[in-house]
Amino acid sequence: MSLQPILELKNVHSGYGSIKALKGISLKVMPGEIVAIIGANGAGKSTTLMTICGIVKAEKGEIYYDGKLINKVLPEKLPTMGLCQVPEGRRIFPRLTVMENLRLGAFHRDDTDQIMKDIQNSYDMFPILGERRSQQGGTLSGGEQQMLAIARALMTKPKLLLLDEPSLGLAPIIVQQIFEIIARINKEEDVTILLVEQNANLALQAASRGYVVETGEITLEDEAQSLLTNPKIREAYLGE
Amino acid sequence: MIQEFKKVWKQYTIGMLWLLGLLWPLLGIHPDGTITFQKTVTVWSYILAGTFVCLMIYVMKAGDSLKFISNPVSRVAGNIKKVSTAFPTWVWISVTLVFALIYPLFAGRYGTDVAINVLLYICLGLGLNVVVGLAGMLDLGYIAFYGVGAYTYAVLNVTYGLAFWVCLPLSALTACIAGCIVGYPTLRMRGDYLAIVTLGFGEIIRIILNNWMTLTNGPNGILGIKPIGIFLPIFENGFTFEHFWVKKLQFFYYFALALVIVAVIAVQRLNFSRVGRAWESIREDETAAELMGVNTFIYKLLAYAMGAVFAGIAGAFFAARMKFVSPESFTFLESAMVLCMVVLGGMGSIPGIILGVIALIALPEIFREFQSYRMLIFGATMIIMMLFRPAGLIPAKRMGTRSEEKEG
Repeated sequence: MSLQPILELKNVHSGYGSIKALKGISLKVMPGEIVAIIGANGAGKSTTLMTICGIVKAEKGEIYYDGKLINKVLPEKLPTMGLCQVPEGRRIFPRLTVMENLRLGAFHRDDTDQIMKDIQNSYDMFPILGERRSQQGGTLSGGEQQMLAIARALMTKPKLLLLDEPSLGLAPIIVQQIFEIIARINKEEDVTILLVEQNANLALQAASRGYVVETGEITLEDEAQSLLTNPKIREAYLGE
Repeated sequence: MIQEFKKVWKQYTIGMLWLLGLLWPLLGIHPDGTITFQKTVTVWSYILAGTFVCLMIYVMKAGDSLKFISNPVSRVAGNIKKVSTAFPTWVWISVTLVFALIYPLFAGRYGTDVAINVLLYICLGLGLNVVVGLAGMLDLGYIAFYGVGAYTYAVLNVTYGLAFWVCLPLSALTACIAGCIVGYPTLRMRGDYLAIVTLGFGEIIRIILNNWMTLTNGPNGILGIKPIGIFLPIFENGFTFEHFWVKKLQFFYYFALALVIVAVIAVQRLNFSRVGRAWESIREDETAAELMGVNTFIYKLLAYAMGAVFAGIAGAFFAARMKFVSPESFTFLESAMVLCMVVLGGMGSIPGIILGVIALIALPEIFREFQSYRMLIFGATMIIMMLFRPAGLIPAKRMGTRSEEKEG
């Protein structure tokens, strides 16, 4: 494992107009890791991911991906560089078929044969998507949509995958499945994962390291295991 | 059956009273100041009787008392559907094409004139479909590019004497440039704001056409535009070409038909291309499309310019047919009409748009006898259509149409 972080945020500030959502976020993600960001509603978790992707512009601070400064890189260039986000609430394309959704994940690629193989691979990984390949995305169930969103992001061939609240609005058994898939992607496809979750328990069990965000600032950074046993965290985020 | 009636009678009564309130000012108040009730009540009672019969049929149908009629009817409808799906698409296409080809032979002058109108609007509708149906941007100033195309041909032809075939690509080009100029600042907006801004720019272009006296001759318009000219091979005295003006409507019809065929093929190819996929992703979810690596701004601008190109080409044909252009032809009402055609026919569906155009051009022609009530009937038809077929006459097919075979 190389010592250079695949993603590094240095004192990043951003916000929406006069509302400052991030007030100096610094974090590091090493290649091959699963890193979890946990925190309460409105703490700035999703904004962190949106700022990394450039949808929300960083006002201050530096974002390095793979050693390159990406503050000024346009959002649509990032998938070509191997950085892709599964946005909050899945945001699949509801009136396009499962197949077309996957094709859009491979939008920046032009190797048609390989794309077809990769689509087949995603059907192997998510058999339910294969069954529903010509069904409209909006007609899938919540869990299937989340799988589609992840499969779509994998079609970009990412090195680093940003996952925003993959458990949102899903039944516990489906959440379990999704997290198994995340662990598998990390191991088998060798994709580094930065995970944002409200479900702190699950996220920290899956992750190797964790960050705690409160009102736009990182308040704690530790190994996931020690966060899980930290009494403060247990009280604030694990409901004890 | 009684129960069904109990469910709806309240709404029905309120609806009919509402209609009475609407009818009385229209029919009861006269220009000379007198107020009558006689006519309103008579008309209203006719409508009441008519709708009551409809209501009773509806109630009986809901109460299953009409099985002896509805069963055979649904069987027939099912059979028709079976027959219509039994023929592959190409049969339908060739039947339509053959009909379109022989149409002017039996239609007469008036019929051909209406048909040319339909063809030009199909071209416009297909262009707007790229903007609204595929890329999902509500454009209310679309007709402006039609005007730009028409004026480009008019000015170049009258002032510089350039031929139609030289001006056609130039019309497309100027419309495209106009589309880019308007689109560049406006496409940063989304949804309602975009609709308002495009409406504004559409009007601005019309007002420019109206006021730029030196170039466009203002509200008087430009007269004396030459029709399409072609070279026909003549075999008398050896082989020569003879120049020939397409003045007869029948001949012009075939040129317009050719234009529509090219436009249909172009839109079909765009729809199933990588670009089409990008447009649809923008329509579905712009942020997600951006995250997937679609350069949303460029593709939106491309959609806008592409729509403008279709409009510009249609505009050049329009100018060549009318031999006269004036800003009055490019008002907001026209934009709204084209939008209605696209929405009525079914956004994103080519056969739907063709049917929508035919419905909206042909219906007012058929109802011409009703004179001032024409628009009323038109409005009522639109409302009924939207209630019963909200996705359009022929909704765009999605499920299963783009399987792997087609995608590959």
